Amino acid sequence: MAELTYREAVADGIRQEMKRDESVVFLGEDIAAAGGVFKTTVGLLDEFGPIRVRDTPISEQAILGAAMGAAMTGLRPIAEIMFSDFLAVCWDIVANQMAKARYMTNGQISVPLVVRTANGGGSRFGAQHSQSVENWAMAIPGIKVVAPSSPADVKGLLAAAIRDDNPVLFFEQKSLYAVKGTVPDGEHIEELGKSKVIRQGSDVTIVALALMVPRALEAAERLQEIDGISATVVDVRSLVPLDTSTILSEVSRTGRMITVEENPRLCGWGAELSSIVAEELFFDLDGPIIRITSPHIPLASADHLEDMMIPSVDRIYEEIRKSMS
Amino acid sequence: MAKEPEKKSLKNYVSNDDIGEDVRRELFRLQLECRHVEQKAYDLFLQNLIKGTSHLGLGQEAIAAGFGGAMKEGDYTFCTYRGHNHTLVRGASMTGVLGELMGRQCGLLGGKGGSMHLTSVEHGAMGSYAIIGAHLPIAIGAAWSAQYRKSDQVTVCFFGDGTTNIGAFHEALNMAQVWKLPVIFVCENNLYMEYTPISEVTAVENPAADRASAYGLESIIVDGNDADEVYRHAMAALEKAREGEGPSLIEAKTYRHSGHSRADPGDYRPDGELESWLKRDPLPMYRNRLLEFGLAEDEVVEMEEEVIKRVDEATEIAKSSPPPTEEVMATEVWADGSSTWRN
Ligand SMILES: Cc1ncc(C[n+]2csc(CCOP(=O)(O)OP(=O)(O)O)c2C)c(N)n1
Ligand SMILES: [Mg+2]
Repeated sequence: MAELTYREAVADGIRQEMKRDESVVFLGEDIAAAGGVFKTTVGLLDEFGPIRVRDTPISEQAILGAAMGAAMTGLRPIAEIMFSDFLAVCWDIVANQMAKARYMTNGQISVPLVVRTANGGGSRFGAQHSQSVENWAMAIPGIKVVAPSSPADVKGLLAAAIRDDNPVLFFEQKSLYAVKGTVPDGEHIEELGKSKVIRQGSDVTIVALALMVPRALEAAERLQEIDGISATVVDVRSLVPLDTSTILSEVSRTGRMITVEENPRLCGWGAELSSIVAEELFFDLDGPIIRITSPHIPLASADHLEDMMIPSVDRIYEEIRKSMS
Repeated sequence: MAKEPEKKSLKNYVSNDDIGEDVRRELFRLQLECRHVEQKAYDLFLQNLIKGTSHLGLGQEAIAAGFGGAMKEGDYTFCTYRGHNHTLVRGASMTGVLGELMGRQCGLLGGKGGSMHLTSVEHGAMGSYAIIGAHLPIAIGAAWSAQYRKSDQVTVCFFGDGTTNIGAFHEALNMAQVWKLPVIFVCENNLYMEYTPISEVTAVENPAADRASAYGLESIIVDGNDADEVYRHAMAALEKAREGEGPSLIEAKTYRHSGHSRADPGDYRPDGELESWLKRDPLPMYRNRLLEFGLAEDEVVEMEEEVIKRVDEATEIAKSSPPPTEEVMATEVWADGSSTWRN
């Protein structure tokens, strides 16, 4: 088992797949010579050369369009959009083009590509460089949506996304880039569409994604120590496809569900999950479903303000404790 | 078939020209197919057999035909919602095209795409795109893939004059030139973006050609109503692309004979404009050229009748094809054929 940072796991995942498959190519702004603005892709240019690892102009539509055209004609491109907020300038290619090409052509066109992007807050970058936009993607039929919380999952899920024959949006939480974790040696690949139970408890099920996973876990430990509340923590990992079978079985066992979402309140993934649980597990519930989210406000820059907005361990702990008393 | 002697000698002379009789026949046939399928589409609207919207390419056939005649099997085309012509010239079946317009099972897309999204990957027709500009970046991706795979495939991307004012046009041209991609951008300047004259909303006179120099490209303007002219420029640009010398941008001047879409009577056009362009209708112009170059009238008539017969047959087959069933509604969202988003 190697100890890698979340950041290093990105390059490691790309490297593993570029080595085994010549059709994997990688493009984006500052990703080659500079190794990425978050230093997630250091070394790839040297290893695979400028034909496979290509710096692009600041042309997000051209980046995603080129990735899509290449994917339609035999390659497996990985495209980087530097900050997920910038997806708004090339959203046409995501929402109208790559998501729909297969369906509209009745299966004639295949779009096996991955869009990697640095998502989420915690870096004091302000409202245009900090958003959690995975819900934008989740709302569109035809794209898979993945958001890992650990270095091992970055590598394993990225590898799976690259091998998948569908367009996958891969959200890397930028505040996690420095986090270390063990990654299995040798080839490592995970399955898309599977959640993971990372802590087993009996009183309440906390469902979390990306940066919210370590925070939920810490809150769960505190609930156990201080209040004797035993919490299950599920790392959602994949929003589309959504592993409702794992989540529903955990919620049904504990009788309670809390979602912890970094996104602003309205239409977060937790809302969809709440509706599924309400429809399908209503009689198993022992209390109301609680959603813990960022407020419906653009993210502020100042550290004091940003910390008040994004769910913290303290807030997660407090809200769950209150709801259980 | 007997021909008049003096015409024969002219034919011998012109058969040594750069295009030759076989290609001319092919260019004429392609234009006829486009023209008659579009006219049939128009009739089928009136009979309410085609629903929704549709954007006809009547008057613009010479551009699609000129390229269709010049491209090789395996080359890629990308086009817009005004893409019936471009899909047909690559070899897609008339039944598939008309069936799709009518929303029938036999449609190219099984009824899932409709008029604005005609696609026939087996013929290299990589799709019709209905968001202005989107397919230019996608086309450069196909060209990049061909370059990476060291195949000699060239990508041709058709779009309108209005498209030159959207960002994707500029992003795609720049990146195509920087990466020296085997792609040809073909702007069909029909003078209007929807209902607005292009000159009222564009800073330069020639919306594509005048932008070429910004991307280090040659400024090329062609008569888009003359299939021979289009063909010559297509051949040159295709050769350039195959030799690794990068992209071309071609502005073809033309005019659409019908409104922008089904709902548009075209009232905004000044009096006499349509009439003056009808004098340069690509079909009669090309027909006359064939006669001038020595083809007999009855041979031309035979070609025309043959195409009309095929269009009529395709129409009958499409009409008798049933509508898509519920089973296919939810297929082909994902690569495994399903539409499943949860377990
Ligand atoms: C991004 C976008 N904006 C607006 C439209 C609506 N629209 C459809 S066709 C069209 C005009 C396009 O003109 P042009 O590029 O000249 O093509 P033409 O229709 O003349 O072939 C417009 C504005 C659209 N489809 N996509
Ligand atoms: Mg136009």
